[in-house]
Amino acid sequence: MDKKVLIADDEQNIVISLEFLMKREGYQVEVANDGEEAVRRIRASRPDLVLLDVMMPKKSGFEVCQEIRSDPEMAGIRILMLTAKGRDTEVAKGLALGADAYMTKPFSTRELVDKVRSLLEH
Amino acid sequence: MLPGWLIVGASFAYLLLLFAVAYFGDRRADAGRSVIDNPWVFSLSLAVYCTAWTYFGSVGRAASGGPWFLPTYLGPTLGLTLAWLVVLKMIRIARSYRVTSIADFVASRYGKSHLLGGLVTLIAVVGIVPYIALQLKAISSGYALLVGEHDPLFRIESQAGWWQDGTLYIALALAAFTVLFGTRHLDTTERHEGMVAAIAFESVVKLFAFLAVGIYVTYWLYDGFGDLYARAAAVPELHRLLAFDGAGRLGYGGWFAHVLLAMLSIIFLPRQFQIAVVENVNEQHLRRATWVFPAYLLAINIFVIPIAIGGLLHFGRGTVDPDTFVLTLPLAHGQSALALLVFIGGLSAATGMVIVEAIALSTMVCNDLVMPMLLRSRRLDLARERDLTGLLLGIRRGAIVVLLLLGYLYFRLAGEAYALVSIGLISFAAVAQFAPVVIGGMYWRGGTREGALAGLLAGFAVWVYTLLLPSFAKSGWLDPGFLEHGVLGLEWLKPEQLFGLTGLDNISHALFWSLLANIGCYVAVSMLRVPTGPEATQGALFVDVFRSGAAAPASFWRTGAEAGELVPLVARFLGQRRTEEAFGAYARSHGLQQVSELKADPELVHFAETLLAGAIGSASARVMVSTVVQAEPLGLGEVMDILDEASQVRAYSHKLEEKSRALEAATAELRAANERLKELDRLKDDFMSSVTHELRTPLTSIRALSEMMLDDPDIDVEDRQRFLGIIVSEAVRLSRLVNQVLDMAKIESGHAEWHNTDIDLCELVRHSGDATLQLFRDRGAELHLHLPESVPTLRADHDRLLQVMLNLLSNAAKFVPTGSGRVDVTLSCDGERLRVAVKDNGPGIEPAQQPVVFEKFRQGGDERSRPQGTGLGLPISRQIVEHFGGRLWLESVPGEGATFSFELPLKSAAGEG
Repeated sequence: MDKKVLIADDEQNIVISLEFLMKREGYQVEVANDGEEAVRRIRASRPDLVLLDVMMPKKSGFEVCQEIRSDPEMAGIRILMLTAKGRDTEVAKGLALGADAYMTKPFSTRELVDKVRSLLEH
Repeated sequence: MLPGWLIVGASFAYLLLLFAVAYFGDRRADAGRSVIDNPWVFSLSLAVYCTAWTYFGSVGRAASGGPWFLPTYLGPTLGLTLAWLVVLKMIRIARSYRVTSIADFVASRYGKSHLLGGLVTLIAVVGIVPYIALQLKAISSGYALLVGEHDPLFRIESQAGWWQDGTLYIALALAAFTVLFGTRHLDTTERHEGMVAAIAFESVVKLFAFLAVGIYVTYWLYDGFGDLYARAAAVPELHRLLAFDGAGRLGYGGWFAHVLLAMLSIIFLPRQFQIAVVENVNEQHLRRATWVFPAYLLAINIFVIPIAIGGLLHFGRGTVDPDTFVLTLPLAHGQSALALLVFIGGLSAATGMVIVEAIALSTMVCNDLVMPMLLRSRRLDLARERDLTGLLLGIRRGAIVVLLLLGYLYFRLAGEAYALVSIGLISFAAVAQFAPVVIGGMYWRGGTREGALAGLLAGFAVWVYTLLLPSFAKSGWLDPGFLEHGVLGLEWLKPEQLFGLTGLDNISHALFWSLLANIGCYVAVSMLRVPTGPEATQGALFVDVFRSGAAAPASFWRTGAEAGELVPLVARFLGQRRTEEAFGAYARSHGLQQVSELKADPELVHFAETLLAGAIGSASARVMVSTVVQAEPLGLGEVMDILDEASQVRAYSHKLEEKSRALEAATAELRAANERLKELDRLKDDFMSSVTHELRTPLTSIRALSEMMLDDPDIDVEDRQRFLGIIVSEAVRLSRLVNQVLDMAKIESGHAEWHNTDIDLCELVRHSGDATLQLFRDRGAELHLHLPESVPTLRADHDRLLQVMLNLLSNAAKFVPTGSGRVDVTLSCDGERLRVAVKDNGPGIEPAQQPVVFEKFRQGGDERSRPQGTGLGLPISRQIVEHFGGRLWLESVPGEGATFSFELPLKSAAGEG
């Protein structure tokens, strides 16, 4: 069964890149353009993994992450956070809130794909 | 009637009790657990003010004058309440400089002058000896009344010969008692703890006895105050006593004078000075005394008028002497035991006064009269004498005995004469002469020795002339003619109406003239010359006693002596043991083991002098010390130098304080600056973080898409084309961002270049409209320009203003609805400013969002449809407008579009550059 990946980002060009990348790897792809939409779509379609941008309108990636992790039914969902802010504190905060992995933008597509794959295998 | 042996026995028993109390007090003092270190004991001991004159005489005066006895008690009440700060300063001075009597105080203040000390002593002795006689008379007549040596009208009948007179033995007994407790040993502070304890005790006894007879008369013989006053009101003669008709025979001036007189005597009577100042062990006690002592006076006076009325009602006016009512009323009703108690109370009042007065006077006589004379006449002998403590004690004991015998002599000579009966207030007036030199000396640096001498002599002379001589004349010892006609028949010299001053009673009259002469001479003569060195030194010490604290003014002795000479010198007057104790304590306080290690520095010399001053008075101490110290006291110039130095030190410390305040202010400023820097640092971090974010976002797309195209050559042409388009537009976005960040940084740091020319804003707006026309067409929006015919030119940077216009227009184009957008640009001029408004019909901006749009990297509007932009356009535009002295602002109602306006002044400083 194809794994399902949700891309949550407000930058259209980044969404386009990620969508293309994930589809090429054979995953089903869904897109959310802000934090609220991300939560809504995660609840509705239960993706296997979320590529979650931190700086989003309406709800930040941190808030989304926190909300998902507080619901035991969604415990299986993998979260890979992406941020353009490279501060160490942001990384620590994301991991503390329950993200499975963290990557800073701009990322290497190869590394991203490897990371997604390894997260989905476990 | 009581048997004589009983009265004598009771009296001696009472004296023995006093003796026991005093002995106990001394023992406790030696053990270091002072009984008199207690505000109650201090307050009670002050009641030595109430003598037999109070005890018997108040009733007498009330019987003749009603409330006229009151000033004597109102004065001290007011005095202690209003002038306790003065008393406090006296105590501090006396303690700091080992002042042992009021004579010593005056002598010490005016340059340690023997002459002044002697004069004060003389005035005190002349004024006080008759007062002592009055006490003896009170005891003697009380005794006579009790044993029944009187006629039916209680007039004392027999008077024994000189050697059979019991009064003599009373005087001798009192002298013995005084010698025992006043001069048992020499103390450097002249404190007599046992005596003070005994005085406090006797104050309780006399109060108790007086209250007992008061209650007896008021509630036993009559039915309380109401009954007594009602009966008195029924008799026209007595009615007058109850009326407080304000002035009475005294007049308001008289009342004032009498209150003032009593106010001064509470401090300047030698016994009061002794108790309040010399014997005080703790300044804090004074605070309690300011209300306890007045309360005591109130208690002892409450029954005065009832007893007076009771006596007058019982005996009738003009029969029995009202002074004896407290004894004769109980006697007339057969209450012998009560009468004995009252007698003991009176004895108590008299002995208390006599003992303290005799001790105070004997100290003065010894230190300020006899010792200086001995020092002068037999100086060589004194120098040879090894131990002088015996001599000192001998002089004092002799003085006490002589004083009491003088008192007895005066009592025998005066008898019932006016000169004895009226001596109370006359004594007060004598000691009031000390007030100007003492108080002036404490608050005025300008007083000199000659000024003090002149003041005291003038005051004393007027006192003798207006009070003492008239009292002798009224006693029949002098020809009373000069009272009526003045000396040599000069009317204006009439002693009781000097210079024609009438309308005052003799006491007020004398007080007025004597104090006037006293103060006048003191001030006038003092002003004749500048104070000499010693006067200025002592003046500074006295006036500034609170400022200099307990620190010894050691520097006032110029050179040192041999320590080996100082110790024996002091020992000659204080005795070997006490001297060793004192010097030992001094050495230990300076961290030395042995007295022999002491350096004879000025401080030690001063210490020795102070020790000696306690024993022989400050003036004599100065003389004695100067025999071993090879230095002259400082001259005026040198003292002024020292004072000058002191004031320089003060000025310096003042400056230091100012500097430290300035330092504190600077620290606060630095702290604030540091806070501001931290805040700026935080803002810079935020800015950097935002810039990083804005740079990384386009880079993310560029890198991801390029990597994908690089990895996968098989991507179809359509996707490849799309990706390349994105890469190009993101690259453009990046370069724009970099440009704007640099731009912003330049403007903010003030390094931006401005190329100012004369600009026609109409042309500039039109230009910007043309430049954005394509943008509006793409969005299907309309742009309308509303421009006046012409506007004044403006001196500014054309490209920068165009940048502002383009930014506003492109923002507007981004937010207007697709297809139906409309943007209106209006240019107007009010003569001073040009205004441009750019109005769109977009969604508008929430009030909360409005200030945010001017912040860096904060774009307004719906983020999903957020158009391409760096978030720096508006902040930069605002910076540009503000650079030319204008302002850029936003007006918007959500749903009704937004209007960005800016205005620029036609004349601006920046525009000239």
